[in-house]
Parts: sequence; structure tokens; C-alpha cells
Amino acid sequence: MTAVPITLDDIESLAVGAWILGTGGGGSPYLGLLNMRRLYAEGHRVELISPFDLADDDHVAIVSNMGAPLVGQERLSDSRNIARAVQMQEEFGSWKFRAVMSLEIGGNNSIQPLMAAAHLGLPVVDADTMGRAYPEAQMTSVAVGDLEPYPCALYDPRGIEAIVTKVPTWKWMERVSRKICTEMGSIASTCKAPRTGREVKEWGIHFTTSKAIGIGRRVREAQRLHADPIAAVLDEAQGKILFRGKIVDVARRTTEGFLRGTTRVEGLDEDRGANLELAFQNEWVVAWRDGTPIAMSPDLICVLDTISGNAFGTETIRYGMRVTVIALPAPAMFLTPKGLENVGPRAFGYDLDFRSVFDVPVGPR
Amino acid sequence: MRRIGIDVGGTNTDAVLLDGGRVVHAVKAPTTADVTVGILAALGRLTAHPEVTGRIDTIVIGTTHFINAVVQRRHLTPVAAVRIGLPASASLPPFCDWPQDLAELVRGRIFMLEGGHDYDGRPIMPFDEAGMRAAAREIRDRGLTSVGVASIFSPLDPSHEERAGEILTQEFPGAAVTLSHRLGRIGLLERENATLLNAALAGLARDTIAGFRDAVAASGIDAPLYITQNDGTVMSAETAIALPVMSFASGATNSMRGAAFLSGIAEAMVVDVGGTSTDIGQLRHGFPREANSIVEIGQVRTLFRMPDLFSLGLGGGSIVTAAPLAVGPRSVGYRLIEDALVFGGKTLTATDAAVATGIVEIGDRLLGVVPPDLAKAVLAAAWGKIEDAVDRMKTEAGAVKLIAVGGGAFLVPDDLAGVSEVIRVPHGDCANAIGAATAQISGETDQVYRDLSRANAIVAAETQAIARAAEAGADPATIAVIEVEDMPLAYLPGNALRVRVRVAGEMADRRAQ
Repeated sequence: MTAVPITLDDIESLAVGAWILGTGGGGSPYLGLLNMRRLYAEGHRVELISPFDLADDDHVAIVSNMGAPLVGQERLSDSRNIARAVQMQEEFGSWKFRAVMSLEIGGNNSIQPLMAAAHLGLPVVDADTMGRAYPEAQMTSVAVGDLEPYPCALYDPRGIEAIVTKVPTWKWMERVSRKICTEMGSIASTCKAPRTGREVKEWGIHFTTSKAIGIGRRVREAQRLHADPIAAVLDEAQGKILFRGKIVDVARRTTEGFLRGTTRVEGLDEDRGANLELAFQNEWVVAWRDGTPIAMSPDLICVLDTISGNAFGTETIRYGMRVTVIALPAPAMFLTPKGLENVGPRAFGYDLDFRSVFDVPVGPR
Repeated sequence: MRRIGIDVGGTNTDAVLLDGGRVVHAVKAPTTADVTVGILAALGRLTAHPEVTGRIDTIVIGTTHFINAVVQRRHLTPVAAVRIGLPASASLPPFCDWPQDLAELVRGRIFMLEGGHDYDGRPIMPFDEAGMRAAAREIRDRGLTSVGVASIFSPLDPSHEERAGEILTQEFPGAAVTLSHRLGRIGLLERENATLLNAALAGLARDTIAGFRDAVAASGIDAPLYITQNDGTVMSAETAIALPVMSFASGATNSMRGAAFLSGIAEAMVVDVGGTSTDIGQLRHGFPREANSIVEIGQVRTLFRMPDLFSLGLGGGSIVTAAPLAVGPRSVGYRLIEDALVFGGKTLTATDAAVATGIVEIGDRLLGVVPPDLAKAVLAAAWGKIEDAVDRMKTEAGAVKLIAVGGGAFLVPDDLAGVSEVIRVPHGDCANAIGAATAQISGETDQVYRDLSRANAIVAAETQAIARAAEAGADPATIAVIEVEDMPLAYLPGNALRVRVRVAGEMADRRAQ
């Protein structure tokens, strides 16, 4: 098995790239990055392994922070909490984990497995279950694969530990674990249903950690050289530019416990005279240009700072920001009928047939 | 309304008298190491003018002193940092994202205690009052005089910070205490950073504002004193002593607001050329366009809303080297009138080059003998830098209007690529002081509301912000909402809605009341 050391510079890049792959959600990775800077200063090191280096019967811990991103701005990520959630799973089950893996590569959750890995001396698998960020538990590749949704461990640093031992479906896991998380203060360190090496190889979305690092590296390099960081993202991730403009309206509302709303972008440069409307549920979901849908989930819609190339979140975007909206290709896992049922436009309440920005065929896996 | 505006810059102290919308008189004096002397000199020159008689309603001072202290790492007080929120947020203690050189100057001692709140108002843990009392005694015994306190979710529930403040005052009367909820926003690390920077400025703020007061008192002018803050509004001198960080970006804001006032143009680019640096920004509706993302001050992340500026190390005092040709970023600063050739000094500056080519008359041209080719090359270099910077800050493809202000505005040429017209205004060299004189009074609130309709939550927030502005001295009849931001909180129950409202109004004429 080949394990590749992750340098601190890689993690700096991961923070930038994962925020772009967060498609507006997942929270800023800055606080995770600060934890990693401290852990590396203390001498900890983390290694990355390929999902194909896992044995079929290895156990892999799937970690994420759950809750409201805003709460995460006050109750800051603490690397020991996510490590404790992983230990809870080991104490509950009869398995020893071989490695740690990210639930979602978008936003701060890209760094959670690195924090756990640093404390536990485990490697991180170069994969996740979303290839981006999504708001709900059933919006993962492992849910598309109908893998077992339980047990799920939730940890609060006051010494509150909870395990959801059994649920019939992923949606039930979403409901029950969300209630526990809310009581903990709308933030919890979680270790989701463990996966075997075989499941990760079959249903994981592969090489997304190194993809995020690669995107971040290109953006940082372009920033350093005063080159165009957005062109660098498009080149690195085979993306397409959708629109360039200025935010002129943000309308947000809460329905069923989520952040939903729309953002309107008024065109600048080549898009002058046109308007782009973006709908979001925590993450950007659909984009309409002058009323016509031009991009939708599961394609990634990313709203970037036109100047720096850094991502903006749906909670922080505001009037007057100059943005460039781009699309990146969806993980193939979500382009099947079952995948689209979980994460296509109808899963978010938009009566649209999925049409990719990238003209890829939709079909059985 | 007759108001005096004063700008205490790194090079000059400018003073203006405004009568309603008219500039009665404007003067300049060199800034002095002791700010009082420079302000007194400027006020003396101002009041010597025959039209400057009768009642003055207010004096408003803008200054770059506090931000300069952080950027230059000077005059900073070591700080005791108190974080309330354990066991949450434990792995990222105070100062964890500061640059090392600044942290070493400011980090006196760190105390982390149990307490703080969750978003829903429940305490994370009961506040560790015994721990706070022990910390207060240790702070006193160690000789630390300034304390910054930050508690988790204090913008929603400040009670633990307030209790910490009471205990500190009991155990250590005279300690300067900054409580983070007074600086506002949600975002613990950024709010705590602002709190610690503020605490580090406690001594300088006390001395500087005392100097302002002494100068005003010595001038014989009997009028309330205000200090300008980042968003073009003012705060009282007492507030400025307590919250000096709120004035960080006021210099740039004042010059842009002054440029808008003097030109009557609300939509344009503004270039402000001072003695040491040039700031380029954009006016939208008469206010500076704000920066797109998180603002770093002296490499510390904060949540301040700051004007979006591009700054160049170029000004009238920029030092010129001939081979290879370089203009700035080093500057003679406030020693321009001693060191520049045209003032009989020995240092070749951008001002000397401008005087040599005849575009401006400053000092004695005969003293400043600069070879014509070199003078032209210096100006060409300055023009190129300004042209590039204007282009970087533009957000539209077409040509834009450019208002040139500041004492070094003569370095801006009349013809620039991408600029339709360079506008120069009378008194443009005192735009900062005019911006200070025309500053407004604001009030802000930032809170999470639950189980209220969106409309009712916004009304509740507006009412509170308006009350705060009126309390701060705004004329209630003129208070207008300048910003409303509402944000439902994802995943939270009870239709939780975070509402931030900022209002501003004209300064009330207190003597008329």
C-alpha cells in the first residue's frame, strides 16, 4: 500500500479547493485549516491513501461535522471532537478502523477526516460520498447504493455521546440524528455508518481529496502570479463559465429547517444586460439565465469571487459582490436514475428534467 | 450647522469649517509627534480667518493613528485575553491566527474559562465566576492593564461577558476592559481578534483622544467632539477611547465621502494622493464601495466592513532614487517640509519632480534643481502606477470619472487610460477633513430572532438600531436605514432569523435641544 504524506501546503490548498467544491455550502474550511496548522506545528502528520489500497474487509470511518454553519462560527472546530466520534464507533462496534474518510469534500468537512486522522494515527482515504457538499443524509453515493445507514455516532464536548443504533432508511437517519444534533446546540461531531473497503471501492466518489487539493493549488498559484484564478479552476476541474456579474439581490427563507432562497446576479462584461438567478438549499441547486434553466444539481454550481477566485457561501453572499458563476461536472455516481432521484432537481422540489452543462449521457451505472 | 472637520494624517493635519453645505475655510498644518500641537496649529490657522467667527456646533476628528499603530507595530499595550466558552472551541485559543510578530507584542496572558452560550440562549456551561476572579487577580498581579473578553455567542447573550467585566472591575479597578459583544458580529475568532486589537490600543487611544480634547479645549472652541469611524459615521470621544478599532478605516472613508461632497458626484472612482500613500476606491451612492471579503488588518482577520481600496506606496513625499529609477514606497512623511529639496532639504521627492516640471508650485522651485529628464521620468512612473491601480479597481469596462483629491493630487495626470474625466475640486486637498465634518451618526443591531415573522423581526431590529443611533446623538427626524441583512439559520428550529440592521442620520444639534 502506498501512503502519500499530506503537507501543510497541501492542506492550505485543500481549504481553498474544498470551499469551491462546497458549491455554496459546507462552511468555510478556515477553522479546520487552523486546527491542522496547530497539529502540524505539534508534530502530527497525516497520509493519504488510494481507495484501491483498501482490503475488502477493512473498516473505514466516515466523518463530518453536522449542524448549522453559523453555529460553527462560534463553537469552533476542535480536532479532538471528531477523533472522539470515531473512537465511539470503535467502542460501539466490533471493528477497528483502517482509515478515515470524508462524508463530503465540500467546505470544512473536507478537513474533518484529517483532524481525526492526526489524533488517531490513521491514514485518510482519497475519496468522499458526495464529491461536493449536500444538505441531507440521503444525498450521498452510499445512500444511492442503498448501503446500511446505521449506526451513527454524535459527540458534544460537554461529554454528551449518542449513537443512533438502527433506522429503516437514510431519511430516518437524517430526521433522528438531526434532532440529537439540534439538542447539542445545532452542532455535533459525527462518525457515520462505517463502510467496508469493498463498499468504499464500489460506492465511494474517488480521488476527491486530491482533486480539491489540485484545484486549491492552482487558485493559490494564480493569486500569487496575479494570473486569472478562475481560468485556473476551469482548467484544473474541466469546468465551464456560466456567468459574470454582480449580486443585486439575496432572498433567504427557512423552510423545513434549511436555508433556501434565491440570489440574483446582474451581468457585467460579456453578460451585461442579462440576469442570472440562482436557487439554493444550503448549496446552489439551479441557475436560470433570463428565465431559462442553464445549470442544475448534480452538476456543481460554484459562485466565486471574480478577483480572488475564492468561493462564496450561501450564508455569506451579499449585495454588491462581484462574482463569477461556474459549473463543474457532477460525479458519475449521481448521473444514474437512482442518483438523480436522490440529488437531481426534483429532489430539491424543482420540476425540471436534469440536463447537464457538460452534455453527458444519463443512464444506468 | 457650523462644523469643524479635522483630519490627523501621517503627514498633515487638515482643518475645515463648513457652514451647512459651504466650505468657509480650509487649512493645513504638519502633523506632530504629539498630535495636540498639530491640531492646535491647524485650529489656530482656521480661526484666524475673518469669516470663522461665532458658534461652532461640533468638531469631528478623523485619524489614521490607530490603524498605523497596528500596521507599524508601535505603541501597543500587552493584553490579557479571556475566552469564555469551554469546553467548546478549546483547540483554537485567542491569538491562534495572528502573525507571530504582532502576537508576541500583544499576547500578555491567555485565560480560558467555562461558560458562553448556544445559539438558542442556553448556556454552554454555567459561567466559571471563581475562575474569572482568580484570573482577574493574576492579571492585576502581573501588571497587565488591558483585558479583552470574548464569550461564545455574546452578540446574542452578553451576560457572561458583562459579568466578567464586573468581576474585573471589582478585583482590578482601573483596568481597561474590552467586551467583544460591543464590537458586534457573530464569528468568534474574528470578533475576538477585533477585541484583542482594541485592547492593545487602549493606552494609545486614551492618550490620543486626551490629546484631541486638550487641543480643542486650548483652542477656546466650545463644541462637542466626535471621532469618525469606518463607515463614514461618527462616535463620541468617550466611545472612541473605549473602541478605537472602530476608527480604523476612517481616513480613506473620509476622503471618499469628502470627494463626493465637494464634487456633488455620487458615482465615480476616487484617487486620494497623500504624502506617503495613494488610495483608490469607488463611490457608490456617495459612499465607498465595501471590500468583497474578510478584511485583514496588520495581517489579523477581522469582521470590519471596510472600503474596498487599492493602496500604493506613492505620494508627494515619496523618495526618488535615480538609478535605477524608483518612486516610493519609502517616503519622508511629515518631514516633507524639512527634507524635500524645494524646502531646502537634501532628499529628492516626487514633489520636487512635480515642482521642477511646473505642474505645481510648492516651496521654492529654485532650491529644488532637478534635471528635466529625471523630473519627467519620475512623473511618468507615478502616472503609470496610478493608471494601473485605477484599472485594477474598475468594475466596468467603459471609461469612468475619476475624482482626484489629497495633498498630492497634482501627481494625477489629466489624461488617463480608461478615465473619461479627471475631476479636481476646490479644497480637494482637504477632502478627508471635509468628509469628517460631514460624517453621520449610526446605530446597529445584529441578533437572532425566533418565532417571529420576517417582517416583524426586521421591524424589531430596526427599532433597536434607531434607538441606538438616537442615543448616540443622531437627529431622529433624519435617521434612515442604510442596511438590512436577514438570514434564516440553516438547520435551526423555530424559524430562527438573524437580522442585522444599520441606520444613520445627521448629527443632532444638541444645543438647540
